[in-house]
Amino acid sequence: MDFNDSQQEAAFRKEARDFLEANAEKRSIISDKPNDKSPQIAVAGAPETVKGGKEAAQEALERAKVWQKKKAEAGFAAILWPKEFGGYGGSPIQQVIYSQEEHDYLVPSGYFEIGIGMLGPTMMVWGKDEDKKRYLPKMITGEEIWCQLFSEPSAGSDLAGIKMKAEKDGDEWVLNGQKVWTSGAHFADYGMIVARSDPSALKHKGLTYFYLDMKTPGIEVRPIKQISGTSNFNEVFFNDVRIPDSQRLGGEGEGWKVALTTLMNERLAVGDPPGLDFDQIFEATKELEVEDGLAIKNSEVRQKMADWYVQSRGLQYTKFRSITALSKGQTPGPELSISKLVTASKMQDVSAYALELMDSSGMVHHDQNPVLKNLFQNGYFFSAAMRIAGGTDEVLRNIIAERVLGLPQDERADKKVPFNELPSGKN
Amino acid sequence: MNFDFSDDQKLLRDQARKFLFDKCDRKSVRTILDDDQLHYHKELWSQISEMGWTGTAIPEEYGGLGLGMLELCVIAEELGRSLAPTPFSSSIYLFAEFIKNYGSEDQKKKFLPLIASGEKIGTFALSETNGTPKPSNVKTEYSSEKINGYKSPVSDGETADYLIIAANSDNKGNRNSLSLYIIDLHQDGVSKTSLETIDPTRPACSIKFENVKAELLGEQGMAWDMTENIFNRAAVLYSFEQVGGAQVSLDEAKKYSMERFAFGRQIGSFQALKHKMADMYVKIELARSNAYYGAWALSTDSNELPVAAAGARVSASDAFNYAAKENIQIHGGVGFTWDYDCHLFYRRSKLLSLNIGSTRQWKENLISNLEKRNIV
Repeated sequence: MDFNDSQQEAAFRKEARDFLEANAEKRSIISDKPNDKSPQIAVAGAPETVKGGKEAAQEALERAKVWQKKKAEAGFAAILWPKEFGGYGGSPIQQVIYSQEEHDYLVPSGYFEIGIGMLGPTMMVWGKDEDKKRYLPKMITGEEIWCQLFSEPSAGSDLAGIKMKAEKDGDEWVLNGQKVWTSGAHFADYGMIVARSDPSALKHKGLTYFYLDMKTPGIEVRPIKQISGTSNFNEVFFNDVRIPDSQRLGGEGEGWKVALTTLMNERLAVGDPPGLDFDQIFEATKELEVEDGLAIKNSEVRQKMADWYVQSRGLQYTKFRSITALSKGQTPGPELSISKLVTASKMQDVSAYALELMDSSGMVHHDQNPVLKNLFQNGYFFSAAMRIAGGTDEVLRNIIAERVLGLPQDERADKKVPFNELPSGKN
Repeated sequence: MNFDFSDDQKLLRDQARKFLFDKCDRKSVRTILDDDQLHYHKELWSQISEMGWTGTAIPEEYGGLGLGMLELCVIAEELGRSLAPTPFSSSIYLFAEFIKNYGSEDQKKKFLPLIASGEKIGTFALSETNGTPKPSNVKTEYSSEKINGYKSPVSDGETADYLIIAANSDNKGNRNSLSLYIIDLHQDGVSKTSLETIDPTRPACSIKFENVKAELLGEQGMAWDMTENIFNRAAVLYSFEQVGGAQVSLDEAKKYSMERFAFGRQIGSFQALKHKMADMYVKIELARSNAYYGAWALSTDSNELPVAAAGARVSASDAFNYAAKENIQIHGGVGFTWDYDCHLFYRRSKLLSLNIGSTRQWKENLISNLEKRNIV
């Protein structure tokens, strides 16, 4: 047992570290950046929240694009992609090493992950050669940003319940309906979408998958204001949006199969969330006072801290087990499926408890709040979203139960009935 | 990065699992549970001693196999899975480790071969009263070369030949007054009283000492420091036992939930039960990973050991306690019968999480060691 890199791994790590040192700023345990309102967590591509309205958001986007271009030129933007599309042609262990190193730096995140992590790989499997040549390189350099148009108001955890209509009209398709929770739709240039092309077929059989230009007439993007007061997600309305059949990925009615390619890559795309964990609350307890002195000296506080420590490090060491498999060229076991489930609730519990420790000043959610730059107030809101985005706690538990433990599927009412005959609670 | 056991260690695990599956089935566990007069499974003990498990981490020059602590971790997990009713933890994780780490050359030569061969059994005792052991609670005294006092509970005390205890070697009544002593339990002045434990497959007794001969172990006045270190080492091994037990609790809950039908379907298809089992899985994987880290720290004599051991211990206690109690819940009514095996794990999980200090105490250890590490 050791934690050492192999010779090649060490060389790659040095390459990554040199690049980051030359081009980015190190992150401290508790960031003192004035704009650091959110605890910088990349949940399925939610960009760092930027205060200061549209202009500041535009500036942040431009900064992100500049960074992405540099990263792409150095080869680190798409380590797993083949060289022919501008990738590094690297291995999963190299991706892990780069991510570990980047984790220590303050770099823009949340703009390009969905494209590079999920949508690009989908196009590689299902796209035509000319599409791949046209779109993939610009996805890496950040010149074109992509979003994923899957969820709908009545299709969240039950994703295959999509109602967005796709009707064929000659060589074109006409899309009508609504998508929701679309990260980055407000700045994305392109999107990938699943729509229902045959409502009389079974639920998973009547779907078709397309890509489209987000400037296509008839598309309207409306940001959703979240409990954090910020907007990372959007509603996207489709009103007679016409796209050519050449933008179909996979066959008619094969949309679910294509969507699974996208979703299979989701786990890889969802980043390692830095910013609010044991280390942050440990620091906080050394500053905050409770009735009998510093919080860290209080035995109830210490008992709780121990629980969070073993969760936090337990996850880190679980990752080490998976990395070990990758390093040996093997497929990791299912152990990392616990990751987001543990992280999100831990963040919520840690945040809520930190606010308790602040006592009445925990109420204050303002940049002037002297205590730890609002880290825990932000986390309190952000974690509530994190327990839902990218698979709710409940869906993740189902996945562990069924796919990891092999327990039977729940009884389902939607397996053998044509989609348009399923009860929806609205008829 | 190589955060895994080696192929040889995995082979050892497979062999140990197979052996215990054959020789330590539930029926043999229950012979110890059901009979007050039996304190451990003698036949199993002599078989695992013959295979050298008892000497796994004892150097060859003292009659052991001379393998490392990682191999001992592997065996610990299997003993935990099979609920092996043996004094392995007392004799190997504690007694042998004390002698190995702090014994004089003579003491190593005298005790280790007997422990490695399984011929003799050793144990350790600190506690004398209810509650968290602390130096001021130790009343047992060493003076004029004799021990007088009392220890309770003493795990495996009934079967043990040797015992290491902490006793006052001067009258100051503080941490530095305590020294460790090795006692041969086969002598006049030693009187044992059986105690019923929450898991009779892991028995304990109380022992009274009246003018009992004893020899000093390690440096005088250093009992507390030595005990902390050996408890840290043992905590890693216990955590592997706990992970093993937790995993089997989950496996059995899962099996039952797929065989049992209610409302016309397998109960394992109900989300309320699936989510419970998913939570067991989460806790077990966290515990396993923390235990691995403890194993790494233990096997490399890392400065990280105090933190790593406490982390492993806290996580493993949480996982096994949770898995064992929810295993009963998933079994429903039969889960709390004597006939079903759920209670064997329920008993063992709580006993293991108390044996070398409660979870509460280990959480406190964890945070205080983190504070110390930060200062250094």
